[in-house]
Amino acid sequence: MSASPSTTERQSPSQPPTPASGGPATAILRTVDLTKDFRGFTAVNSVNLEVADNTIHALVGPNGAGKTTLFNLLTGFLQPSSGQILLRGDDIAGKQPEQIAHLGVARSFQITSLFDEMTLIEHLELALASPTGLGYKFWTSRKQLGQFKARAMELLDQVGLADRAGVRAGSLAYGQKRALEIALALANDPSLLLLDEPTAGMGLEDVDRTIELVKKVSGGRAVVFVDHNMHVVGSLADRVTVLQSGEVLAEGTYERVRSDERVITAYLGETNDGDGHH
Amino acid sequence: MSAQLTETSRVETAASSAPERRVNPFVRAGLLLLALLVVLALPWYIYPPVAMDILAWGLFAISVDLLLGFTGLLSFGHAAFWGMSAYVTGIIATRAGVPFPVAILGGAAAAMILAVPTGYLAVRRTGIYFAMVTLAFAQMLYFIANQASDLTGGENGLQGIPKSFFGIELVETDAFYFYYAGLPIILLGAFIAWRTVSSPFGRVLLAIRDNPARARALGYDVERYKIMVFVISSGIAGLAGGVFSVSHGFASLQELAWQTSGKVVLITVLGGIGTLWGGPLGAAVVVLLEDQLASSGFDGIGIITGAIFVLIVLLFRKGIWGTVSDLVTRVRGRAATDAQGKHDA
Repeated sequence: MSASPSTTERQSPSQPPTPASGGPATAILRTVDLTKDFRGFTAVNSVNLEVADNTIHALVGPNGAGKTTLFNLLTGFLQPSSGQILLRGDDIAGKQPEQIAHLGVARSFQITSLFDEMTLIEHLELALASPTGLGYKFWTSRKQLGQFKARAMELLDQVGLADRAGVRAGSLAYGQKRALEIALALANDPSLLLLDEPTAGMGLEDVDRTIELVKKVSGGRAVVFVDHNMHVVGSLADRVTVLQSGEVLAEGTYERVRSDERVITAYLGETNDGDGHH
Repeated sequence: MSAQLTETSRVETAASSAPERRVNPFVRAGLLLLALLVVLALPWYIYPPVAMDILAWGLFAISVDLLLGFTGLLSFGHAAFWGMSAYVTGIIATRAGVPFPVAILGGAAAAMILAVPTGYLAVRRTGIYFAMVTLAFAQMLYFIANQASDLTGGENGLQGIPKSFFGIELVETDAFYFYYAGLPIILLGAFIAWRTVSSPFGRVLLAIRDNPARARALGYDVERYKIMVFVISSGIAGLAGGVFSVSHGFASLQELAWQTSGKVVLITVLGGIGTLWGGPLGAAVVVLLEDQLASSGFDGIGIITGAIFVLIVLLFRKGIWGTVSDLVTRVRGRAATDAQGKHDA
């Protein structure tokens, strides 16, 4: 609460991001003592998270560790009880989800969250129209949304759904729905992409396809994802933060976190074989 | 703050309807023409004031469908806007002596102004709580109208509303001609509703109906959209209420009563939500039924309409329009598969 945006800027390193060397990178997202209290139950307790630009950051932890709550705090779906959420140094705590979306933060949902009656192309047109304000025009034809068609097709192509453009989302297979989720989140080229369990409930083949997809789209932005699958975390994450009971238990590279004794007891112990598919 | 999470829950009845836009354009143009012919011929076959009632209730139901079927909001206080306009239209027509369409536009404007604070408070809630807030506002207005008898006539209602129409006496005295003078206002309301649902704005509404949390994550200010559609819907309800009060020549407290809010929701669900066409269809069924039963001298109208309502809801799960259009799609789908089968063989 005490740190003003200007002091934060001074604290963060000023040199450009150097992800390849693993050296100090600019933090696109920082939380300061972020806490969420649900009537006495502290779901997120004093979390200090730092996400460097141009990196893939994994949040792991057992069920109930506060991962999804943290996601909901970061995207404005929940308001923090105390603490700060600094996006490029500006405190965004207290902002609404739609405001945060316009700041270049996009998210996907743990439970597939689409508009079942709409076709895939309509989903992406809607996502692309969001920053333009076209949605407020109740006096023009919806054909105006067609201006986003080319870009929408590109995005569908990127996630391998181009041939399903005219199909209603409700009739997609599960893995395709998850891919559409990612395409939706990518639509407005976010600088921070938050993926809540992108591979939840997927078969092995889809998991590998999703890993490749996330790798492909992570260029030029920071990605934060939650996943229970250690194979996914190991293949994607530059950094891993382990949460337990709402608190940060450990943080570091996947290798380092994996060998951390507290982590092994708390969580990784269950899937010690390294690529614990469920 | 905690209300944001409950936004994922929605009015259950609104979820199942397929959007209207999958209809073949030729079929739609044909239907539109047919509807127009029916509407034009109506007062030749039905007692004209009853025909006017069907149109007024039909438009009122369209305004409710805009919220219920296209946004997933159940307003249980829409009588506030119908009634507000009925009174304001009556007051303007009586005191200013302007042609009745002008008075009705004034009434609709008043309904929209009332909708701003109502919508502002109501859209912060969803589901049953949204319905309760709208009901509370309507009840408040009911008691205000009852108290302000200088303006509204209190329990006696506002009587003797003139049908001034540019000095054309036929319209002013003959309900048959009045019907055709009132029709453009109904069509205007229906057009506004159609324009709204088939705009980019309408697409966002469907997104909000199906998944408000996702719509917010995409950057859409869901509350603002809901207030906007609430005000548009109230304006349409206002047009309908204005036509109704001028047609009857009076505005009574009944127009603001919760039973009126209930009746219009019933008509909308009966006709089929998320269709726009359903509203007038449901209105025709309910208004004609009430008219028949009233002239038969039978007392228990409510029991009969209630029983028929239950029956239709059981038989036609998506309302009359929704069920019929589903049936047509299925038959056509089967025909297409048959043709495909022959082609393959």
